[in-house]
Amino acid sequence: MTDSIRFRLNGRPVTLDADGTRTLLWVLRTDLELTGTKYGCGMGLCGACTVLLDGRAVRSCQTDLAAVGGHEVTTIEGLAQGGRLHALQQAFHDHGGYQCGYCTPGMILGAQSLLSEHPRPSRQQIIDGMEGHLCRCAAHQRIVAAIEAVAGNGGGHD
Amino acid sequence: MIDLARMPRRDFLKALGGGILVLVQLPSLHATDLWEEQRGYPTDINAYLHIAEDGRVTLFSGKIEMGQGVMTSLAQMGAEELGVSLDAMTVVMGDTDSCPPDAGTWGSLTTRMFGPAVRTAAAQARLILTDLAAQRLGVPRAQLSVENGVVFVTARPQRRVTYGELARGQRITHTVDEQAVLRTAREFSVMGRSPKRLDGPEKVTGAAKYAADIRRPGMLYARVVRPPAHGARLVSIDTSAAAAVTGVRVVSLEGLVAVLAPDPETAGRALGLVRAQYDVPAPAFDDEGVYDHLVQAAPDARIVEADGDVEAGRGQSARTFDLTYRHPYVAHSPIEPHAALAEWQGGRMTIWASTQNPFGVRAQVARELGLSAEAVRVVTPFVGGGFGGKSANQQTLEAARLAQAAGRPVQVAWTREEEFFFDTFDPAAVVHIVSGVDASGRLTTWDCQVYGAGERGSQLLYEVPNRRVRVYGGVGYGAPGAQGYHPFGVGPWRAPGANTNRFAAESQMDAMASAAGVDPLEFRLRNTRDPRLLRVLRAAADTFGWQPAVAPRGGGRGRGVACGTDAGAYVAHMAEVTVDAAGQVRVERVVCAQDMGLVVNPDGARMQIEGGVMMGLGYALAEELRFRGGDVLDRNFDTYHPPRFSWLPRIETVLVPNDDLAPQGGGEPAIICVGAVVANAVFDATGSRVLRLPLTPERVLAGIRRT
Repeated sequence: MTDSIRFRLNGRPVTLDADGTRTLLWVLRTDLELTGTKYGCGMGLCGACTVLLDGRAVRSCQTDLAAVGGHEVTTIEGLAQGGRLHALQQAFHDHGGYQCGYCTPGMILGAQSLLSEHPRPSRQQIIDGMEGHLCRCAAHQRIVAAIEAVAGNGGGHD
Repeated sequence: MIDLARMPRRDFLKALGGGILVLVQLPSLHATDLWEEQRGYPTDINAYLHIAEDGRVTLFSGKIEMGQGVMTSLAQMGAEELGVSLDAMTVVMGDTDSCPPDAGTWGSLTTRMFGPAVRTAAAQARLILTDLAAQRLGVPRAQLSVENGVVFVTARPQRRVTYGELARGQRITHTVDEQAVLRTAREFSVMGRSPKRLDGPEKVTGAAKYAADIRRPGMLYARVVRPPAHGARLVSIDTSAAAAVTGVRVVSLEGLVAVLAPDPETAGRALGLVRAQYDVPAPAFDDEGVYDHLVQAAPDARIVEADGDVEAGRGQSARTFDLTYRHPYVAHSPIEPHAALAEWQGGRMTIWASTQNPFGVRAQVARELGLSAEAVRVVTPFVGGGFGGKSANQQTLEAARLAQAAGRPVQVAWTREEEFFFDTFDPAAVVHIVSGVDASGRLTTWDCQVYGAGERGSQLLYEVPNRRVRVYGGVGYGAPGAQGYHPFGVGPWRAPGANTNRFAAESQMDAMASAAGVDPLEFRLRNTRDPRLLRVLRAAADTFGWQPAVAPRGGGRGRGVACGTDAGAYVAHMAEVTVDAAGQVRVERVVCAQDMGLVVNPDGARMQIEGGVMMGLGYALAEELRFRGGDVLDRNFDTYHPPRFSWLPRIETVLVPNDDLAPQGGGEPAIICVGAVVANAVFDATGSRVLRLPLTPERVLAGIRRT
C-alpha cells in the first residue's frame, strides 16, 4: 500500500510515495541515503538510530513513516547550519566525546533533545536523559562533559 | 630490495603519480603473532609514505580505525619525524589494494609495532628531502633545518624550498631496510601532544562512513536463514512464499540460504516467510554447568611458568589459600554489528567490510571462492567498535558468496540478534589458585591453573620462590559446537584472557592480605621488586589518597586495589564502591595509573583508559551470556546489559612518565584489572569475597549472608 507522505526533513519539504507502515530508520538510510542515522538494535534499546521529531528525540527504528507526516524530522546531517558545526557537535569533538563514532549521531541528537527540554540540566538530568544511549567504547565521561560544556558553566545543580 | 615490477600494487603506485614514495621493509618490526604465521601473511613491507608534488603527505596503513584513535596518533608520528604539520597528513587505512599487508588491528600492537615503521619511513623521507634540498640550495645537509615541510639554510632562513617543490618532477621509490635514528621526546613538537582527532569532524556530522553505509548501484540487501541454535542441522526448508514477494530473490548455496531484496525491510519480511525445520542437538550444558565442563574436558596443561617447588612452598606457609574463580562468556557487542557489502565485477571481488583484519578477509574470501588474493580487494571504512570481535568476519564471506551468485552487489548487515548469536565470545573460564604466605606476609607459594582463558595476564608480578602456572588450552581452544569445548565461537576480547586472570590473581592477593592483617596496597608493595609496578601502584595511591587499613572495613562502603601488566604497559587501579542492602554495587570512583612508555598522544591515551575502565564495569558487574547448549538466550540489550550512563563513576587517569621506553600498548591494559578492583572493593565494603564474575546483586547478597 502506497501513501503520499509529506514532512519536513532537515529544514526542507519532502514528499515520499511509500508504504506508511515502513520504518523511518530504513527509509532514511535506504531511500534517502542519510546514513548518519545508525542501526544498533532494532528494538529502541541502544539509541543509535535517534532522530529529532519536532525537536524531540525518537528512536527511528520504532517510528513508522506515517507518524512523521506533517512533522519536522532532523537527522545528524541537518544539525550543522551554514557549514558551521552545531554547538554539541563542536563540544563532542572538543571533549573527545566519541571513539568509534557509531553511536555519536544518536548521542548528539539525544543530547540536543535533552537540552531543549532542560536548557541548564543538572548532572543527574544529563545522566537520566542519556540513559537510553549505549556507547560500547565507553566514552561516557567525556560525553557528559561535552553536554555540560554546551549547557554552560558545567551545568546546573541537583 | 623489493622488485616493484612484481608487486601486485603496481597500479596503485602508478596512480600515485609523481613524488616520493618511501617503503619500509623491516622484519624486526613485525609482531611475532601466531595468527600471522598461521595465515601466511607476507611480511615484506611494513609501511608506505608518499610525499606528493603538492607537498601533501599520505600514510598508507593496513591498520583500521575502530575508535582507538590511531588514525590521529599514526599521523602524529609521521608528521613528527618528517617535519610537517599534522594537517599536511592524510591517512589511508585498511584498503588491501593500496596499503601494506598487515596481520590485523588487535593486541594493542598498532603503536608498539607499526608505529616504529611509520616513524622510520618518515625519518627516511626527511633525509631524502633534505638531501634533495642540499643539492638544490648548494649547501651541505648539516647546514639545513626543517620546519613545517620547508627546508631552509639554518643561518639564512630565507633560502628555503618546500617539500612539495622538492617532490615535483620526482619519481623516487626508496626502500628502507634499517631503522632510522628517530627524534627523542625532548625534540618533539607533534608527538607527545594532544591535537583533536582527525576523524572527529566526520564523526560528529554523520559523514563518517561505516560498512553498512556504503551504497552501490543496483545493490541488494540480504537476510540469511539462521538456525535456532549452534549445532542445529537443517532438515527441510520452503522458500516459495519468500520468493513470491515482489522484488525478492532467494539464493541457495551450500550452507547458506538467503533472501535478497532492494531494501532491508522487504528482505526482513521475506525472511519471515521462509519455513525451515532443524534438528537441534540436546544441550550438553548451560551457563551454570559450563564451569565443571571446562575443567573436565580440558586438554593437557602447558606449564607457562615454574620455579621452586610449590608443594614444599605450602609447607613453608603460615597460611594457605585455595580459591577457584569463574568468568562467564561475555559478548563484544559493538554498537555497529558486523556488516559487509560485496561487489563482483569483471572477475574481481570488492568488499567493504567492518573488520579488524582486512588482509585476513582478503585471504579467507580468496581461499573460499577459489580466487587469487589479487582478485579480492577489501576496503575498510570506519569500524564501529571491534574489541576483538571483528577479527572474525563470517559476514564478509556471506556477502561475497551471495554477490557472486546474484551478480549484483550484496550487503550483509547483521541484526543485533545475529551479532549476539555469531559473536566470538570472551570464553568462559575457571582459574584455580593455591597460594601461601609466611608469618611476615611474604608469598611462599603460588600454584595457578587456568582453564579456558589462556595465559595472558597469568604471569606472576610478585616475588614467589615456589611457583607454577599451568594453562589448559588457549582462548580459542577446541572447535566450537555441541560436542566441542565451547558450545559456540569464542575468540579474543579486549586483552584476551587478561581480565579473567587478573581477576583471579588480584583477588587472591587481596584475600591473602586480609588474612595476613596487612593493608592490600602494602601487601603488594612488600611482595614485588618490579620498579614499574611499584611506580604505578604509588602513583595510583597518590591520586586516590590511599590511607593504609586492613580490609574488610565493612559498612557498605569500600575501596580496593589491583594491578597488572599487559601489552608492554603497567597499570594500577584503585576503586571506591558502595553496596546497598539489596547487594547492588555502585562504583563511585576509579583511579587508573598507567606506564605505557613514551606517550604519543596523552589525551588519546586517557580516552582509552577511561573507556577501558567504564567498559570493564560491564564484565565486573553485569555482563554474563546466558545459554542452553548451542542456544544463545541473550540476543539483545533487553536482557544483556553493557554499562550505561547511570553507572559512570568519576574516572581519574594518571600517565606515569617513562619517556625512555618506546611507546607501548594503550588500548587494552586499562581494562584488565577492573573486575579485580571492583571485587576487592566490594570485599572491603561487605567482608564478602565474590569469586564469580559478574558481581550481580544476588551473588553479592549471597556472599554477605555467608559471612
